[in-house]
Amino acid sequence: MKQYLKNTWDGIFTVLVGMKITFKHLFTPAVTIQYPDVKVTLPERVRNRLYVNIDDCIGCDQCSRACPVSCIEIETVKSVPGDDLGITSNGKKKALWVTKFNIDIAKCCYCQLCVFPCPTECIYMTNVYEFAEFERSNLLYKFANLTDEEVSQKKINYEKMQAEKEAQKAAAAAKPKPEAPAAPQQENKTE
Amino acid sequence: MYQFLYNLIGNEIIAGLLVAIVPLTIILVFALFGIWLERKVSAHMQDRLGPMRTGWHGWLQTIADLMKMLQKEDIVAHDADKSLYNIAPVLVFTGSFAAFAVIPFSSKLLGSEVEVGIFYLLAISSMVVAGILMAGWSSNNKYSLLGAMRAAAQIVSYEIPTALVVLSMIMLTGTLSLDKMSQMQTSSFWNWNIFGGAVFGLSKFLLIPFMFVGATIMFISTLAEVNRVPFDIPEAESELVAGYFTEYCGMKWGMFMLAEYGNMFAVSAVISILFLGGYQSPIGYLGNTIGASWLVPFEQGFWFIAKGLTLVFVQMWLRWTLPRLRVDQLMTVCWKYLIPYAFLNLIIIGIISIL
Repeated sequence: MKQYLKNTWDGIFTVLVGMKITFKHLFTPAVTIQYPDVKVTLPERVRNRLYVNIDDCIGCDQCSRACPVSCIEIETVKSVPGDDLGITSNGKKKALWVTKFNIDIAKCCYCQLCVFPCPTECIYMTNVYEFAEFERSNLLYKFANLTDEEVSQKKINYEKMQAEKEAQKAAAAAKPKPEAPAAPQQENKTE
Repeated sequence: MYQFLYNLIGNEIIAGLLVAIVPLTIILVFALFGIWLERKVSAHMQDRLGPMRTGWHGWLQTIADLMKMLQKEDIVAHDADKSLYNIAPVLVFTGSFAAFAVIPFSSKLLGSEVEVGIFYLLAISSMVVAGILMAGWSSNNKYSLLGAMRAAAQIVSYEIPTALVVLSMIMLTGTLSLDKMSQMQTSSFWNWNIFGGAVFGLSKFLLIPFMFVGATIMFISTLAEVNRVPFDIPEAESELVAGYFTEYCGMKWGMFMLAEYGNMFAVSAVISILFLGGYQSPIGYLGNTIGASWLVPFEQGFWFIAKGLTLVFVQMWLRWTLPRLRVDQLMTVCWKYLIPYAFLNLIIIGIISIL
């Protein structure tokens, strides 16, 4: 009987204790953030969408090699002596036309390993994180700013220069004795 | 209300239908408001915000959900017993809707002035059990059947303490009519039945603690009858998917939901009539003070809705306070605790009212 009354009392008392707690929480300010209207302030050094400042890029391919998931694809064409490529932000002369700089952000794992090797600090993480797309192909970001025509022009220029060089070499090689390159090999063999 | 409309129109059927529209509107509006309130209360008790994007603080959310529900495809499970399956939601809704026929919202707004009001109410609300069992059985689904069986066991069990408390109130007031019970508790909150009724004397003060016990028992057992947390094992989400209406979708599911919210308000209304003075104002009427007697019924309607909503709020409050009971705990609470206390309470109230 004593246990029975105790159970009754416990039942009522504990429910009231619980109700007091929930009633307090009814007036606690909500922790919800109304996301699209209000955004959380991002911490320092967040890693989000990659951005490439292509004007500063020297086409060294280091970021591409650092990438663990191979999401960066770079193609370059050598410049010909007459081209003016400008200089980078830290005063170096550019030597390569960057004809293709694609980042497949769908593959990117946001490790930031590509950012550190860059000599001109032109690839970096921004704090943009809302870039969902309906088409996966839209996630392939193209940063190169040369048009297709320009690219083919640069290629032709380079090939021309190469051809001229070859021609010069051939012309230079035709004048001296043609046997000269073969001689050292023979020497090696005899030793 | 019916007599007034009958005199106005002169046609029994049209007057009856018009009277029936009033509680239907009240149920629908209450369901819209109640679901929104439930969401907001539950959200704020968990330090969230709840719906915020449809209208001011998301008050249109229920209407948006209703629109979605109406557009849904009406699927009937292949192996379901189709006729029973289709009747069940209607029957459940009818049960909770019919209960509103005898509930006096104010002295002028009363569907039917039957003398056996509370008796009729207890009887008609049992129809819900039949509907729930039909829904569970006809769905041909193990979760539905388990839920329906649990619901039936629970509702039938908890009707006993409810009936015992109602009986003690009938002994005290000497009437079965809900309107007369409300009229007895007039003029001030001190005259409410929870404070021992309108008759001033020694018995009034002796009754007060037992009235509180009775009100508590009534509240707990009606909470179980409408299958609300902590007594929600018939529709325990984590165990039985959705209980007896697992297989339902679209508007049929909506009717179960509507019936649930209708029942919530109905039992709150019954408790407020039995213990909290029904539509009577706790502090007197503004209409009587300024001499505009036409204002009084509206004020009574306001007080009635306010009392009902307060009790509904307590139901929601308990929902986010207590975890669900096990089946054996549920039966223990009913048969070992509520019924003996209700019985003892009945006897004591009987002896005091003889004094």
